Amino acid sequence: MNKILLIIQREYLSRVKKKSFLLMTFLVPALIIGMYALIAFLSVKGGDKVTEITVYDESQIFAGNFKNSSLIRYQTSTLSLVDAKKQAAENEDGFILYIPAETGKETQVQLFSKKKIGLSSLSNIENQMNEILRTKQLKDAGIDPSTLAQIKPDVTINSIELTAEGEKDSSAGAAYIIGFAAAILVYMSLFIYGSQVMRGVIEEKTSRIVEVVISSVKPFQLMMGKIIGIGLVGLTQFILWIVLSTTLVSSAGQFFLKDKMEQVKSIQTEKSEGQKPNVEFNQGPGATVINAIQTLNLPYILGTFLVYFLGGYLIYSALFAAVGAAVDNETETQQFMLPITLPLLFTYIMSFSFIVNNPDSTLSFWLSIIPFTSPIAMMVRLPFGVPDWQLALSIVLLIAGFLFTTWIASRIYRVGILMYGKKVNFRELAKWLTYKE
Amino acid sequence: MLSIRNIVKQYAEHRALDGVSLEVEKGSIFGLLGPNGAGKTSLIRIINQITAPDEGEVYFNGEKLNPNHIAKIGYLPEERGLYKKMTIGEQALYLAQLKGLSRADATKRIKFWFEKMEMQTWWDKKVEDLSKGMQQKVQFVATVLHEPELIILDEPFSGFDPVNAEIVTKEILELNKKGATIIFSTHRMESVEQLCDSIALINRSHKILDGKVKDIKNSYRDNTFTLSFEGNFPEAKADLFDIVAEPKNGSVTVKINKAKNANELLSYVLPHIQIQELKEEVPSIHDIFIQKVTQLS
Repeated sequence: MNKILLIIQREYLSRVKKKSFLLMTFLVPALIIGMYALIAFLSVKGGDKVTEITVYDESQIFAGNFKNSSLIRYQTSTLSLVDAKKQAAENEDGFILYIPAETGKETQVQLFSKKKIGLSSLSNIENQMNEILRTKQLKDAGIDPSTLAQIKPDVTINSIELTAEGEKDSSAGAAYIIGFAAAILVYMSLFIYGSQVMRGVIEEKTSRIVEVVISSVKPFQLMMGKIIGIGLVGLTQFILWIVLSTTLVSSAGQFFLKDKMEQVKSIQTEKSEGQKPNVEFNQGPGATVINAIQTLNLPYILGTFLVYFLGGYLIYSALFAAVGAAVDNETETQQFMLPITLPLLFTYIMSFSFIVNNPDSTLSFWLSIIPFTSPIAMMVRLPFGVPDWQLALSIVLLIAGFLFTTWIASRIYRVGILMYGKKVNFRELAKWLTYKE
Repeated sequence: MLSIRNIVKQYAEHRALDGVSLEVEKGSIFGLLGPNGAGKTSLIRIINQITAPDEGEVYFNGEKLNPNHIAKIGYLPEERGLYKKMTIGEQALYLAQLKGLSRADATKRIKFWFEKMEMQTWWDKKVEDLSKGMQQKVQFVATVLHEPELIILDEPFSGFDPVNAEIVTKEILELNKKGATIIFSTHRMESVEQLCDSIALINRSHKILDGKVKDIKNSYRDNTFTLSFEGNFPEAKADLFDIVAEPKNGSVTVKINKAKNANELLSYVLPHIQIQELKEEVPSIHDIFIQKVTQLS
């Protein structure tokens, strides 16, 4: 078998077999699902059961005007406030809404109960009361509410992108989120897998196996084998995450989340019924993202994400490998890490503060073209639309950058791995570049 | 077998090897000696094609050194180790496959060697669970698994207790008997005398001595003898001998004049003393090493 394949195989298998890999592979999707479930759970908290609200209305404006829903039922009390309070204190689930006689702009309404009311129930009450009060005040002012309903404005902006294929819906918000997520993922994985390469090199050096190995293979083969092997570990992890998350989300959605999701939907619907009858049915923030994702051409984004992850990884992991070769242990890596982290950190900060607001500016353009910054910057720009020629130029330069850093790194690596107990600095490293084999 | 011709290796401001030439005969055990930092490791790395010389050539079986020779060389470096988290069996398999063995072949040979060295139960153990000596044994096996024609051992005995050192010595001699050429770099002069047919001494990037151990030792004989006796040893006689170490406790060391021999010395001293023992002082490799190295510095 080809020697570099053997090395790739060892690097790959020794990591994939680790318990921590397995743990990460299952933990991350589980966390994502868990987060979804938690959000869904929280948003419908208190909505599992029908909330009974006893209205004690001294103002006589509201009682009877509350609309019941599937989750909240209103009833007007005939008891005195004191008795009602007593009753509520005995009843675990009861709520008493006390509305004083004086109602004006700042009506002080009180809700008595033994336990805390859910957020959605509370907002339901507030919305209804506002609506009722507004209707009454309009009536008092001599305006017919039905006239008002007719003239109620309803403006929603649909952002339409003009592309070669025709018009398509786009959402700046979703683009923003997708771009960020991809950029953060690239940024983090460059560090995670890059430093794995570095630690691997240091491990080989400190355990003194490196000289045994390079009496069989060229240092370059050893370095590339390690880089490719760990890169494949990263890819495997991503793919497993995507597969696991989607299966988990869809199956969990079928079995567990279905009810919750419907409740969420119904609450949203009810909420909107009161105020804006014209608003679309599933207009939650989650739905916006999902709708936008559907317009965003996912295979294209996923494909470019993989290209930039791989390109960026190859560029930076070569440098990480060179750092690992230049030092004797991990504590010495500090001084060499700065030039590696700086461009990444800079792009990361720029992405969040500048590029996302000005995706087509000159600076954004250059950041997404220069190979050291493009893996992150391009991810941020991509959802906003990047001309094909820029993408092509950026990828070509990415490959060139990878070849360049690999060349540099391999020159440092081959000298460094055989150098023990010597503190090196940048001048020394520069000298190594010119060493003959 | 191995012909090293005029090797020069220059590191930035340090010349590690300066015109070194060596011949290693097929089937011999060759000792590569020299003080620390003399350039031994640089030379060994060149033979292993880890680095390339700036000048000069290396010939392996008459062919210029090329990547095909890597599989024919087994190298046990002085700075050696194993992957800590890998099992011994997998590790040996990996290293053997890197030397070009197929997986099946490698497995067969590892089993054979593990049995031979009484390591059968180690296959699934991790390196971190083994003692230093045990690790060295694994490394030795990994070095010779692919049946190399040339075996280069850099300080092979470091970390071994006397029992295991003896086992490894036996294996080295057996491999040599089967036809393997062995280059042996060590600071333990007694193993050099015990094992080596030829040696080369490198000091400060230059080869300062090489040849067969017997010839070198012969050339360093200087007619010095030690006598054990009873009686009064006579005064030195300038045309016959000088006294190197004065008589003490019935023993004296003398240096016989070049033109004379031991018989003549004996016939001169016999009337004065009762002779018990006459022994020629042949210099050890250890002495020659120290003499040569200190002489130059």
